[in-house]
Amino acid sequence: MWRDLVDHPDLVVAVIGLAAVSALTRSFFFLSDRPWRLPALVERGMRYAPLAALAAVVAPDVLLTQGLWEPTWRDARWYAAAAAAGYAAWRRDMLGTIAVGMAVLLPLKLGLGW
Amino acid sequence: MSLADHRLWRDPACRLGMKDMAAVAPGMAAWGVVTGVAMVKGGLPLGVALLMAVTVYSAGAQLAAMPLMLAGAPWPVIWLTAGCVNLRFVIFSLQMRPHMMVLRKPWRVLAGYLTADLSYVLTHQRYGQGPPAGPERLEPLAYFCGVALVNWASWNVAIVLGIAFASVIPTDWGLGFAGTLALLGLLVTLIQDRFSLFTVALAAGAAVAAFALPFKLHIVVSVAAAVTAALMMDRWRRTQVQEAG
Repeated sequence: MWRDLVDHPDLVVAVIGLAAVSALTRSFFFLSDRPWRLPALVERGMRYAPLAALAAVVAPDVLLTQGLWEPTWRDARWYAAAAAAGYAAWRRDMLGTIAVGMAVLLPLKLGLGW
Repeated sequence: MSLADHRLWRDPACRLGMKDMAAVAPGMAAWGVVTGVAMVKGGLPLGVALLMAVTVYSAGAQLAAMPLMLAGAPWPVIWLTAGCVNLRFVIFSLQMRPHMMVLRKPWRVLAGYLTADLSYVLTHQRYGQGPPAGPERLEPLAYFCGVALVNWASWNVAIVLGIAFASVIPTDWGLGFAGTLALLGLLVTLIQDRFSLFTVALAAGAAVAAFALPFKLHIVVSVAAAVTAALMMDRWRRTQVQEAG
């Protein structure tokens, strides 16, 4: 395993750079010490940004098939997502949400081949 | 102030953050395993995959960089691609900034490094509308620390397991969907009124419509749509109040 690192110094440098990219992009606006505040209008406008970011990750995973919009009734993910969302709204329990969703997904996907 | 400060880790908010993150962690762990498997199956040498898993801490950047690395692309191309994939984090850092400024700069960079999607979503959702963290009010930062620690630890354990057992873990039965379900569950619990429901529907539509964009830019498009919608709703509410008055 260590040999891999010795044998591929170019990949190791690439990985170290990637770690730096993670740190720099995520701390981008708090790198500078200069005091400033976001304009109130922008701050208010961004109040739903976390929700939007979550929705943007979830929606394509549920709705798109290999990146394309090809709706079909035989899509196990739709039923799994609907059941999971319903359960989450009802019980607000995350582990149960995953369990319910997977319990719907697996029979449809493995059993019926959807 | 440093991230190792005892006051942060003793604050009850830290425990709360750990608890909130632990609730979603199983789903994220499923994603971590899938990502680890994908890195090995993609053809990365085991040692490099492991180093990448425990240092880069960004599934999107890792999966985008991997084919470029294997194709022998120049370093700047690889890093620039990862930077584009991580563009959403630049926006998130804008909102996290007020809570972080109480830290000294090196610790801020470390805190930034730890601000993965969920660390941001959970912290900003709970404390985004309140006053920022300061020397007298450590609660938001303490909460962030709890979330970030559990997120980082569970993700790394999961991705290393995925790498170690890549040859025996089947992923085609839908293991990765557990991660999607966890985020969906979180999303549902965060929708508090019809305005946030409308925003989520709009953001989801924007993300699906813009999904063909490279570098995960559909997330940025989706956030932009949500900001526009929020400002328009504010305006609409103001005119409603004026008409009523």
